[in-house]
Amino acid sequence: MTVAERAAAGGEPAVALEFSGHLDAEGIGLLWERAMRAARRAGRRVLVLDLSEVTLVDTAGAAFLTSLETAHGGKASLEGEREQFRALLDRVRAAGTKLPTPVKLPPLRIRDIAAAGGRAAANGIVFVGEAALALVRLPRNHRVLRWQDLLRYADQAGVRSLPLVVLLGFLIGLILAFQSAVPMRRFGADLYVANLVSISLLRELGPLLAAVILAGRTGSAFAAEIGTMKVNEEIDALVTMGLDPMTMLVLPRLIAAMLVMPVMTLVLNVAGLLGMTVVMMAFGFPLVTVTNQVVGAVTLTDLFEGLVKALCFGAVVAAIGCREGLGTGVGPRAVGLAATGAVVGGIVSTIVLDGVFALLIYRLGL
Amino acid sequence: MSEGHAEIQATDVAQRFGARTIFEHVSFTVAPGEVFVILGGSGCGKSTLMKQLIGLLAPSAGTIVVRGRTITGRDGEAGRQGMLREIGVMFQSGALFGSMTLLENVMLPLEMYTDLPPAGREAVARVKLGLVGLGDAAALMPAEISGGMAKRAGIARAMALDPPLLFLDEPSAGLDPITSAGLDRLILDLRRDLGATFVVVTHELASILAIADRCIMLDRAARGLIAEGDPRRLRDESDNPTVRAFFRREVLAPEAA
Ligand SMILES: Nc1ncnc2c1ncn2[C@@H]1O[C@H](COP(=O)(O)OP(=O)(O)OP(=O)(O)O)[C@@H](O)[C@H]1O
Ligand SMILES: [Mg+2]
Repeated sequence: MTVAERAAAGGEPAVALEFSGHLDAEGIGLLWERAMRAARRAGRRVLVLDLSEVTLVDTAGAAFLTSLETAHGGKASLEGEREQFRALLDRVRAAGTKLPTPVKLPPLRIRDIAAAGGRAAANGIVFVGEAALALVRLPRNHRVLRWQDLLRYADQAGVRSLPLVVLLGFLIGLILAFQSAVPMRRFGADLYVANLVSISLLRELGPLLAAVILAGRTGSAFAAEIGTMKVNEEIDALVTMGLDPMTMLVLPRLIAAMLVMPVMTLVLNVAGLLGMTVVMMAFGFPLVTVTNQVVGAVTLTDLFEGLVKALCFGAVVAAIGCREGLGTGVGPRAVGLAATGAVVGGIVSTIVLDGVFALLIYRLGL
Repeated sequence: MSEGHAEIQATDVAQRFGARTIFEHVSFTVAPGEVFVILGGSGCGKSTLMKQLIGLLAPSAGTIVVRGRTITGRDGEAGRQGMLREIGVMFQSGALFGSMTLLENVMLPLEMYTDLPPAGREAVARVKLGLVGLGDAAALMPAEISGGMAKRAGIARAMALDPPLLFLDEPSAGLDPITSAGLDRLILDLRRDLGATFVVVTHELASILAIADRCIMLDRAARGLIAEGDPRRLRDESDNPTVRAFFRREVLAPEAA
């Protein structure tokens, strides 16, 4: 491409861009920036696009030429173009003229983020309320709740996660015991590692880790399943058949998660205690000593407190997964977003809820 | 009620998404036992209008009365709930439940609304699948069938309870002419045998002329109704350029598009 100053047909001053060869997607790639700059720099002068040496223009080339005219903004003319180029250009112009101006997203402000967070929390509360209502209406709607679904979700969420639960629990017990044994030994208190690990497992880590596993494995799966149904209009179909999605899709998942969470937590606790025992025995404590220490350290209240927490975490994680699924937007990315939202929302609200529990238990003096 | 005999009575219905108006001032009636077709170019709001008629989408303005029940406005909820038992819907995508076989899909409404024993439900569901030519695909999952089969299964499910009012969104799009003609036949047979009313969204010219008693045509540019009446008369007599282009497969002049 060469840029030449010359007079246009009417005698006005003009800037001519003289092209040669093929104006196709390949040919215009290297020209694009330079040509646009030249077109903009032409300013008030007429822009002449000289095509006399050009042998081929395809749709990409035509888009290039119309973009040059737009970039220039003023009067432009074609020179030396063949008949078929002009026809193509006219068609491309007609297709390109109605481009809508892109919608500008407003800048992200802290206030908006906080508002969005607040809305999400409010939606969550409303959702739990609706689920509770569905539960109240269940006797009237009992056909809509399919018990075989409930068993399937309990299997998927609980039984199939047991290997992971055992592995994670064992490793956490092992690591926790090992990490705390080294400093405690300096005070000659390494026997109390058993107290530390068993209390923190039963009261905190057991339910929390089980909830994280549930959010990662099951909450995301709930969101993706329901989200896919939403995208496929299956939810619409349910509604037009008079089948309440809350009862048919959400309740069995919620109940299943609440049933399996205490069991998962119990298994995780046992595996963690086992891991801790392995470390303690490696440090030279006999099994009887460790067992006695654990039995002396924990109370039944500790255990039940953990299990009740697990039940609540299960409900929250499953509810958030289902809500994200039902709230899925349109398009293929929406399902992925729903699944991500389910995991993040599930973990965050579990931890927040855990804080609430800590406060409550402290106040109640348990 | 003076219009008490209409299956559907829509008055001045509009739909806006944000600032974008899809259509407004749409009014029509559907008489009992008729095959009523909604026509129009892609994106003009046919599926949207159908979603309003079945109570999934609240119109931005206007009232809709279905079988004597008002389903719009503040008191529409009771009307919607009452209507659901009396309609069957086939969605544009089929919307079959992905975790159930075709047979289970058709059996689901029977399970929810009737006291049939399992064997009875299965027998009824098999008949419905047979009617749409899917008798030997009953045990397949929705992911294992073709797009046209999914549509036919969707029709079978919509008919499961023999509702007096059926909504079909593009039943014959993407089907070969023979299957498509078979579906037209099925619609006419059901209308004759059950006295059912059909609201059908379709583009297929052949199918429109074969089944439609009356049609309305929506247009994207006009944001509303541009024609109403017997499709054969619209084809022969309409002087609206878009209607003529549709029925005669003419290419619309650019300034009119
Ligand atoms: N939820 C929504 N939010 C925003 N716009 C929507 C929504 N649903 C539909 N639309 C818009 O409404 C218009 C009509 O859509 P609709 O699906 O009713 O078209 P249609 O006539 O059924 O087209 P087709 O023949 O291709 O199925 C489209 O322009 C679409 O972008
Ligand atoms: Mg549509």
